[in-house]
Amino acid sequence: MSIDMSQFHEAFFEESFEGLGIMESELLTLDVGAGDVEIINTIFRAAHSIKGGAGTFGFMNVSEFTHVMETLLDEMRDGSRDVTQFAVDSLLESVDVLRTMLESARDDAEMDEDMVAARYAVLNGILKGSLEGASSNEAEESVVQAVEGDNSNGKVGWQITFIPHTDLLMAGNDPVRMFRALSEFGELTSVVDCSSLQPFTELVPEDLYLSWVLTLTGTAAKADIEEVFEWVEDDCDLTITPLPKLEPSQNTPTVVAEPALETIQSAAVSPVKKVLEESPVSSNAAAQKAAVKPKKTTESASIRVGIDKVDEIINLVGELVITQSMLDQAGEDLEVNAEAASMGGDSQSQKRNADILLRLSKGLAQLERNTRELQDGVMRIRMLPISFVFSRMPRLVHDLSAKLDKKIELLVSGEETELDKTVMENIGDPLVHLVRNALDHGIETPDVRLAAGKPEVGTLNLNAYHQGGNVIIEIKDDGAGINKQKVRAKAIEKGVISETDNLTDSEINHLIFAPGFSTAEVVSDVSGRGVGMDVVKTSINKLGGRVVVESEEGKGSVFTIRLPLTLAILDGQLVTVGKESYVIPLIAIIESLQVDRSQINAVAGKAEVYKLRDEYIPIIRARAVFGLEENNADLHDSLMVVVEVDGAPVGIIVDDLQGQQQVVIKSLETNYRKVETMSGATILGDGTVALIWDVNGMVNVHKKKLNNGVIKA
Amino acid sequence: MARILVVDDSASMRQMVAFTLKGAGHETIEASDGVEALTSAKTGRFDLVITDVNMPNMDGITLTKELRSLPNYRFTPILTLTTESSAEKKMAGKQAGATGWLVKPFNPDQLLATAKKVLG
Repeated sequence: MSIDMSQFHEAFFEESFEGLGIMESELLTLDVGAGDVEIINTIFRAAHSIKGGAGTFGFMNVSEFTHVMETLLDEMRDGSRDVTQFAVDSLLESVDVLRTMLESARDDAEMDEDMVAARYAVLNGILKGSLEGASSNEAEESVVQAVEGDNSNGKVGWQITFIPHTDLLMAGNDPVRMFRALSEFGELTSVVDCSSLQPFTELVPEDLYLSWVLTLTGTAAKADIEEVFEWVEDDCDLTITPLPKLEPSQNTPTVVAEPALETIQSAAVSPVKKVLEESPVSSNAAAQKAAVKPKKTTESASIRVGIDKVDEIINLVGELVITQSMLDQAGEDLEVNAEAASMGGDSQSQKRNADILLRLSKGLAQLERNTRELQDGVMRIRMLPISFVFSRMPRLVHDLSAKLDKKIELLVSGEETELDKTVMENIGDPLVHLVRNALDHGIETPDVRLAAGKPEVGTLNLNAYHQGGNVIIEIKDDGAGINKQKVRAKAIEKGVISETDNLTDSEINHLIFAPGFSTAEVVSDVSGRGVGMDVVKTSINKLGGRVVVESEEGKGSVFTIRLPLTLAILDGQLVTVGKESYVIPLIAIIESLQVDRSQINAVAGKAEVYKLRDEYIPIIRARAVFGLEENNADLHDSLMVVVEVDGAPVGIIVDDLQGQQQVVIKSLETNYRKVETMSGATILGDGTVALIWDVNGMVNVHKKKLNNGVIKA
Repeated sequence: MARILVVDDSASMRQMVAFTLKGAGHETIEASDGVEALTSAKTGRFDLVITDVNMPNMDGITLTKELRSLPNYRFTPILTLTTESSAEKKMAGKQAGATGWLVKPFNPDQLLATAKKVLG
């Protein structure tokens, strides 16, 4: 039967990457010099699984590469090799190579053969000596096999003397099955020796007292026969000798044949053929399934969910069903009562009515709770602990501190904090960048630290926790902090701010997120070339999150990332423009206010601005952006929603403000096409569709229209 | 057909083995380590146990020993799946009471052939 193995690939890759994660984190905890056998065992097991899977699913290069790593680990495990820093580092780098190999295999991409070869060379270099011995042994073995194979070629048959030990049956092996296997190679005849059969009273039914002389004619190789007896070679005396040509009958067995011989022989062998004929394997179902080729996916399309989460949802659905039947009952009762009332209502039926209504409203309250809990439960399916991202950090800190000659201790807390899978996948890189940045620019070298009266070892704290509907991630270092003079000077030099600008400390700190800004005196290969922080900010904003920094010179910095729990649900402010309702993401809104006509300034040649307390903010008329007619040209008493766009407030004029509510985001792109001013759509409680604003897009369209003269200043 | 207990900590291997066996008409129950397997074995009857060797919690060798000590599993065929082709590992399985072994990597046909060897 042929089975399409690619259907298992996704699961294989998923568990392999998980295994690599385990190998990495365990390697990092492994103490050089005194390797903990348990830890090495765990690493070994992970490597071993990858090797086995890779071999089975046809990724031979991965399997071979892992084999070398495994050999090294095996020697560490049995103590024949010391756990050296070099070996551990080599293994860590091999994990990286392996990851790349697996990724290439998964994505059907070209692989960097040179990189693999180089790593191979290093591992083999470490193994040298012990590996040479092993390989020569293997070579010897294969030579022996080849010679034996040659001998058996062309022979017409074999005589097999098979004398099982009495306990052969104990491990579940059965001579009948072996004979059956032999009979597939050719014609098999057997002669049974019952001479050691015990008297009935002393017979142990579980013991085997028989032995056989078998004659097999055909072209089977000796190795084929040995393979049949492979599992019992230590549980029996076995001799296999070639038959003289064409004279099988001449070669009568030398054992003494008992009278019972014939019957036992036929009993033992004749069912063989019958069973064999009956056993064609029905593989239809498998073949049909295999015919459906799974499509290639480059992004991880599956998700592993803890059984407790699934159970919880099932439980919640159960409660929902109970609520439903409760409401059903109340509805029915109401109907019956209404009928009774129509026949001539009395105070009794009124009282009953009130009872039923109470039950009904209770039921509805319960339904609301059920729905909310079910929503939470389903959302939790997509949630993963943030340790998925945090687990990359120990390795990063380990490698970087060596590279930078710094001593750094990493403290991680809140790893179990859960976060949406998509958010998780997109927050990894920005986090890595922030950690790199803290190590490179934040924490000082040991001598500088000592001179400043700080402990030699710097500390990097990674922390995650839930706050309201958000996830907060903190990256805190006890390094030098942000040098405000330097940042200010640099910002002036780069034209980000002007010499006369009066900035608060916090504003200066946030200048590091400006595009193209870098204060590092030397561009290092660790933190890159100053294109980092603005990219970090952009990525976080894209996820609907924000990043802020607090810093004290000489004491250190804290970067705080605030992320939405999920991308599927959004807290929104409902607004009306024209006849339509729209949703503005709450996370973007700073405040909403009623316009005071006297605070509006129309800057000549530019747009209108509004004096909000001490600053001037641009005004965007939503009606103008959507090409609707103005209904209140001078904006008197209009409603303005102040939103944050790229760190600066912008006032958007809307017709009316409605309530705030949670909305489920539906993609516009998959259902319609991309619309610049909208990030998605949702369905409101009354069944109408409302579009969700992309405030950045609104600003862009506003600017375009302004430049084209569509909107007059 | 036969009722087979498939034990492997690797989900992909387990699925492959189970899928292949199911395709051949067998009924399979899956367990992800020795402890889980032992629980399943105690609560049900199996005609064959196929187990990985290297597993967390309880490895395949210990599982084999434990199974052999149960009255219902004294003669049940137990196959170990091993990547190590070294005689030492195979013998460890044998000594624990395993019927035989299958060396990884193997393809579905080899698996079915091996299962047939002990199931008939």
